[in-house]
Amino acid sequence: MKNQDGSKNGRRFYGHGIPRVKLEDLAGKLIVVEGADGSGRSTQIARLVDWLETSGHATVQVGLKRSTLVSSELEKAQNGNVLSRTTLALFYATDFADQLDNIILPALKAGFIVLADRYIYTLMARDMVRGMDEAWLKNLYGIALEPDAVFYLSVEPQELVQRNLSKNATLDYWESGMDLGLSRDMFDSFVKYQTAMQGAFRKLQKTYGFTIVDANRPVGSITKELRKKIRALLAEK
Amino acid sequence: MKSFAELNFPGRLIAVEGLDGSGKSTQIYLLKRWLEAEGIKVYFSEWNSSELVKSATSKGKKRELLTPTTFSLIHATDFADRYERHLLPLLRAGYIVLCDRYAFTAFARDVTRGCPPEWVRGIYSFAARPDLTLFFKTDLEVSLNRILEGRPKLKFFEAGMDLRLSADPYESFRIFQGRILEQYIAMTDEFKFVVLDANENVEKQQVIVRKLVSEKIDLKRFKRRSPLPLPPAIHPENKTQEVEGDMAAA
Repeated sequence: MKNQDGSKNGRRFYGHGIPRVKLEDLAGKLIVVEGADGSGRSTQIARLVDWLETSGHATVQVGLKRSTLVSSELEKAQNGNVLSRTTLALFYATDFADQLDNIILPALKAGFIVLADRYIYTLMARDMVRGMDEAWLKNLYGIALEPDAVFYLSVEPQELVQRNLSKNATLDYWESGMDLGLSRDMFDSFVKYQTAMQGAFRKLQKTYGFTIVDANRPVGSITKELRKKIRALLAEK
Repeated sequence: MKSFAELNFPGRLIAVEGLDGSGKSTQIYLLKRWLEAEGIKVYFSEWNSSELVKSATSKGKKRELLTPTTFSLIHATDFADRYERHLLPLLRAGYIVLCDRYAFTAFARDVTRGCPPEWVRGIYSFAARPDLTLFFKTDLEVSLNRILEGRPKLKFFEAGMDLRLSADPYESFRIFQGRILEQYIAMTDEFKFVVLDANENVEKQQVIVRKLVSEKIDLKRFKRRSPLPLPPAIHPENKTQEVEGDMAAA
């Protein structure tokens, strides 16, 4: 099913894709690490970059809210919390598309390994939890390239609370879903929101089939698992 | 795509569409003046004007950072922001909302830039159809001449230079506008555009516009219940004198 309408090298966009892109030119690999704040994403990505570069692979990193085009405006708008949900969804989609067009696709063309600290799945899950229509989101993110691998670092909400608090002594407003009014209590809101996010991820997993990694385990054993899977991926030709 | 009336909104939305230089902005401005003078609750919203998104859009345009996809998405973000924060509440409150350009501008431009039509339409599917869409249709040459007469400096995206149609901005603009016009014409029936002959002079067109609006919309339903508030103070050296003079004469 996977490569029905894709190119010879198995590349495909999820939907309509980006105009005028030749899929067979995209020689590099796109590896996505997904998961909530406190799931160990950044740690794992830093370790993977280190390992990949030492092994002689060129890497590029992308992530949410890092585009030249809209990252600062998005940050500003979010701090004011004035955006309604469709606007927020489209603003994040713009941020993603800018990085896809200007970083991810050129880097893949140049044969780089692109490591994405979150991808469309987090964006879709957040929007789904906020009641956006799934079919609408699917069309919107039909621009996205199917990654070579997606690892979802799954951590129990109760464990996430502990990790976030031990790191920052506070819970992030958005990661607690405070805009949703689930609870006035930030702790309760965080747990409820993260539980809802996991539900959305499970739903998305059925469509997009990413690898779920049990990230309740120690950092080292997760790295080991990721390396093993990526090594196999790089060995494919 | 259902209209606001079909969705039982108390308010009504009127949109104008057409090429740059079709005179649509002048016409909707005159329409607004008339409705205001009639004591009607009216709000005007312009394409690409959301405060939140504007700085990103102008940066993208100035630095030529935009691709067809990001061009499309950033304008959709702008539209969504205005739609959710202004248009919807005002339409719920029974306003007549006037839009200088609506989703159809995106359908025409983004598709011309190579974005798939179904994708663009899907993105804007949260928006209802205007209760009246006036398409100001000019001969291509007429609108081109109106814009190009003064040999203005055309902006990169405005001239469609990102499409690499021609190295000459004027030639690129001509081809680009021609393609957009084709898109508009192709959409006319699908979205029930009312086509106006925009080659006509301003006054004649405005008479038709006002007639169309009063036929389509029962305007007296949209009057303010309280009398209009006094207009905001103007600079004393400007118009006040004149007004006073007139009043004295009367």
